[in-house]
Amino acid sequence: MKFAVLRFPGSNCDQDCFHALRDDMGLETEYVWHKTESLDGFDAIVIPGGFSYGDYLRTGAIARFSPVMRAVQRDAEAGKLVIGVCNGFQILCESGLLPGALIRNRSLRFVCEEVAVRVETSDSPFTNQCPTGTVLRIPVAHGEGCFYADDDTLRDLETHRQVLVRYVNARTGAPAVGANPNGSRSDIAGVCNRTRNVFGLMPHPDRACHRRLGSEDGKRIFASMVHALSPQAPAKPKDSAAKTAAGTGGEMNRVSQDAVLNIKQGGDVVGV
Amino acid sequence: MKARVTVMPKQSVLDPQGVAVRDAIHHLGLPAASAVRVGKYLEIELQGDASDRPSLEAKLHTLCRDLLSNPVIEDYRLEWSE
Repeated sequence: MKFAVLRFPGSNCDQDCFHALRDDMGLETEYVWHKTESLDGFDAIVIPGGFSYGDYLRTGAIARFSPVMRAVQRDAEAGKLVIGVCNGFQILCESGLLPGALIRNRSLRFVCEEVAVRVETSDSPFTNQCPTGTVLRIPVAHGEGCFYADDDTLRDLETHRQVLVRYVNARTGAPAVGANPNGSRSDIAGVCNRTRNVFGLMPHPDRACHRRLGSEDGKRIFASMVHALSPQAPAKPKDSAAKTAAGTGGEMNRVSQDAVLNIKQGGDVVGV
Repeated sequence: MKARVTVMPKQSVLDPQGVAVRDAIHHLGLPAASAVRVGKYLEIELQGDASDRPSLEAKLHTLCRDLLSNPVIEDYRLEWSE
């Protein structure tokens, strides 16, 4: 199983993602420069945070036209897992792979703090190791993370359960005044596409993968991806995902490469 | 000749920058300013003459939609000068 970490001019969390995936998760990980035109051979694509192209025009607006994004588009349509963190989320929205847009924080301030997000459904390749309702502590660091979508789109997102994480109060696990760091609509912290293989979120799971960083909750997002890509992943993740997550308890952080070999490109599972 | 593109946040989208600027205007003694919205203005120099405008305009509209504005949150206006 091989993860790609894309690098654009101005990416600055590429090393965070690389370190989290390779060193904390034990996954085979490679950097991919934005001029690359193919992502063949990778099972999952990570678009890291940063300020691609200096955030000129709008965040993610120019990165979206990089050659590698054509490959991302193609592979996403074929079902490959794509996760965009922070600026990666902004790029995915700009490229139309995810609905909505990310605009200036309501406070006009850059926020850099740990937040609590609630997993709204474990039914996704990115949250199958987090039972619905799990509260994750993950840091945010952004000036333009206010998720915006019009009313129809918001309704659509709720209907199809595409809101995967929402800002909540860390203690109560419920949305609350002051819990949302950027003023996003419906307290949305991250959404996936309709086919559930593309996920974008403002919080940085890559910065919450080691005890020393104060939280290891980010691992559960990456572990979910590994689980989804693994041969033992159930054919219908919807039915058994929550059960599996609940059952594995503390073991979910111990992900090794051994368990996840023999994955055909595109996420199809072949015999071990 | 020159194409002028104005990009503005949609009316339905909150513009906190505009609110902050409006408040500053109030502090500077113009309480009559009831609302401010902050957008972008771009000038694009183009080779050719007026006869080229129709073909250029089609391309420019595509660019305005794909690159210069984000239709989810912004509207744009395209005008010509000179």
